[in-house]
Amino acid sequence: MNSKNTLIKILSVMIVFSVLITACGGTTTTTQAPATQAPATQAPAATEAPATQAPATEAPAGKIFDGVTITILTFVGPQVAEPLQRRGPDFTALTGAKVNIVTVPNSDLYQKVLTDATSGTNAYDGYLFAPSWIVDFAPAGLIEDLTPYVQKDKDLQWDDVAPFFRDFNSYDGKVYSIPVDGDMHMVYYRIDSLKDAGLEPPKTWDDYLAVAKALNGKDLNGDGTPDYGSCISKAPAQQSYWWIWSIAAPYIQSKGSSQGPFFNTKDMTPLVNNDAFKRALEVYKETGKYGPPDETNQGVGDSRGLFLSGRCALTMDWGDIGPLAIDKANSKVVDKVGAIENPGSKEVLDWDTGKLVPCDATTCPYAEDGVNHAPFASFGGWAGAVNAAVDQKKKDAAYAFFSYMSQPAQSSKDVVVGKTGYNPFRISEFKNKQAWIDAGFSQTAADNYLSGIEQSLNNPNMAADLRIPKNHEYIQVELDRILSQYIAGDLTVDETMKQLYDSWETITNDAGRDAQLKFYKGTLGQK
Amino acid sequence: MNILPQGPTRIGLGLEPTSYQIMNTEPEESQPSRFNGAISTLIDRLAGSVFIMPTVLALLFLSIFPLIGSLYVSLAKFDIAKGGYKLTFVGLGNYKKLFVGSEGDHFLGKFAPSTPLTWVVFGLVVIALAVFLARYLLSVKVSTGGLIGRVLLTLGSGMLTWMLVHTLWNGGRLGTASVTLVYVFVGIFFQYTLGLSLAMLTVQNLPGRRFFRVIFLLPMMITPVGVAYMFRMLTDTSKGPFTPIWESLGLINFSWVNNAWGARTAILIGDIWQWTPFMFIVLVAALESQPIEPIEAATVDGANSWQIFRYITWPAILPVTMTLMLIRLIEAFKIVDLPNVMTNGGPGTATQSLTYHAYINWRALNIGGSAAVAYMLLFLVTFFAMIFVNLIRQRTVETL
Repeated sequence: MNSKNTLIKILSVMIVFSVLITACGGTTTTTQAPATQAPATQAPAATEAPATQAPATEAPAGKIFDGVTITILTFVGPQVAEPLQRRGPDFTALTGAKVNIVTVPNSDLYQKVLTDATSGTNAYDGYLFAPSWIVDFAPAGLIEDLTPYVQKDKDLQWDDVAPFFRDFNSYDGKVYSIPVDGDMHMVYYRIDSLKDAGLEPPKTWDDYLAVAKALNGKDLNGDGTPDYGSCISKAPAQQSYWWIWSIAAPYIQSKGSSQGPFFNTKDMTPLVNNDAFKRALEVYKETGKYGPPDETNQGVGDSRGLFLSGRCALTMDWGDIGPLAIDKANSKVVDKVGAIENPGSKEVLDWDTGKLVPCDATTCPYAEDGVNHAPFASFGGWAGAVNAAVDQKKKDAAYAFFSYMSQPAQSSKDVVVGKTGYNPFRISEFKNKQAWIDAGFSQTAADNYLSGIEQSLNNPNMAADLRIPKNHEYIQVELDRILSQYIAGDLTVDETMKQLYDSWETITNDAGRDAQLKFYKGTLGQK
Repeated sequence: MNILPQGPTRIGLGLEPTSYQIMNTEPEESQPSRFNGAISTLIDRLAGSVFIMPTVLALLFLSIFPLIGSLYVSLAKFDIAKGGYKLTFVGLGNYKKLFVGSEGDHFLGKFAPSTPLTWVVFGLVVIALAVFLARYLLSVKVSTGGLIGRVLLTLGSGMLTWMLVHTLWNGGRLGTASVTLVYVFVGIFFQYTLGLSLAMLTVQNLPGRRFFRVIFLLPMMITPVGVAYMFRMLTDTSKGPFTPIWESLGLINFSWVNNAWGARTAILIGDIWQWTPFMFIVLVAALESQPIEPIEAATVDGANSWQIFRYITWPAILPVTMTLMLIRLIEAFKIVDLPNVMTNGGPGTATQSLTYHAYINWRALNIGGSAAVAYMLLFLVTFFAMIFVNLIRQRTVETL
């Protein structure tokens, strides 16, 4: 019996030891995505599973992605994710690839993508995100170089994509993301309200404030209650960090798109501590005087809702307002909305002195009637990138899905519908006005809306969004926090500029000034 | 002679019933038996450690290692690198940023210049702390550990007081640390007061009391995000359901969230609404479990309601009260849902708690900064929990 007991004890202890050793040593976890397994420079999959085999117009014969499931991460719906979810089953029917769409709040998207990619989790095969982020992901080899795919993909019709968006989705001469949306800030105004008041659409930001002031408190939708002169959201962690650059850009940038409004290209010092940025801060804050009382807690969804319900005379937004305004079920401003490129300024920044100087032929070579405009391509539009660390088959399928979404056959239908959150980015989408009329636009509304976007896109002084490493930290973290403190009255305008300047300098120094400057100049096309 | 349990039951196989035998420590056994005995003793000695090891390892993996890991992360800088990421050791750099660097304004707040009033308030607190320390030193129970603890407590309390008196008024601005303290102490005060009042009401023999007991519990069962959205809607003065009321009061262009204290008040109301039921349900149980005889005797002796509460009910529920306070204290420090959903931490940073602050840093991939904030939160929670357990609760229980 004693021997039996001893044997049982030994066996028991051995079993427990074995389990422990197995548990501790079963896997070798790597914290890094294996770049060698899927380097960005590897041969593209296009030859094996060309994306051209998955177009909407030509269904492939053999369903080349049978058995493949791809998971795409993007911003929480209903906009942006909606077309992906709606068209996913169509794509499955065409190619056999099953598409899972995972959504997270916009403020969490960047972190989620990077955590997934840098930790080697690779739970997502593709990301629909801000193309300005590719400068963080591409150099680290976390997203796939899509140039070879694009070159072989005739159905994508890459040349039809407006040049600005082609460039914005590229880094170091290579394409890293496929656009499904084109983003450009514009000012929208109530045609009827301005006409009734004898006012012209604003050409400068001073005009904007004057119009907003004049119409604030008037009943704009006939419900007997006073309405607002201007609705521009100001909530923290929402979109205010983009609005401020739409206002600041024409005060700072006047020598063409390659000048850039964010940093001095001599030494990478931030252009946020000068009279131009000060004026922009003052304008942004003053718009709040003519807006709803809780505007400091409103996101773009709130201000957009107010404008569409007829409660605002002016607003600034992406292209979404156009298609949303013609939706008779939800809009009280059908055929009452005008769109113009962002207002400008008659004074611009002297970069050497930090003071505002009047516009003339030298200081404002692109001015229109003495007004310097610098329409801001904020955010740059949603675009799809492919995770470089997933299986080749999944890469091919993820690319094919983004290509499918971007191709004119799908895109031309999605951009004319407000609920998609997608705005035009293809040349054909600007030219083919019939598609807009078929979607419910009047001829006037289509002309007005599309000319507003085209006017902005064709402006040689258009300002592109920041596209250097850590742009998320510069803009969506530090600028957001400091700007919201300014809006709340916690900081004076001078304190705001100083804090922002210091915090941006800290980020630049941490990241390496020379490297950041090289990146920045590269994105502006400077050497 | 040792009395030891014998057989396989010691290693839990259940092959034989547990039995205890009187074992001779000097057995006269054959060579194989002696060998078996030695092995058995060795296995017996190892078995305990081996069988407890999975639990220990689970605890280490789930609690201790993450704690140590996050401590290292708080001393490091996170960067994206080729194919993944890298952590660069930066020493106390992330903590330095919080106290004297670019995050100082966010974490500690904006310090207003000292005024006679701030000196008076701070002076009074310093005197109270000095008296507290002196009384301990003059007592007969002085120990090294006790002294160190009290010195730390005095220093910590002094620093917190300095921060509060310079950020609460006169042009100062609260940082995330102070805002969290406001949420914790103001919230718990009202939650307890209301919870006790409701509990006192529902233990009375009133009609419908059972119904109201259930109703009062409902807020606690709702997810905090749901509560936050509900209060966001309720406090919306232009579209919310109370809009006609605001309008009838002439508050058409009024908004809770334009003002820092208005926004904090809105969040506190939501927090109080949600957590009062927790206080309520525990206090109801405590009130119902107190013996009835002393109350009957006091009533016969002519005591009024206040006297019965003060001298009988209050001492009876005090131990439960202390435990309730401690649980809520620890929990309340972690508030994040309400400010995130109701105000996005605004206006400015006025409603951001420490957890929200850590979340913002994490979202920005400032993982080291986020871990540093989380550690400061841990220190703060531990500090107040230690004060509570060692001083307040202990003394309260001792006086009973």
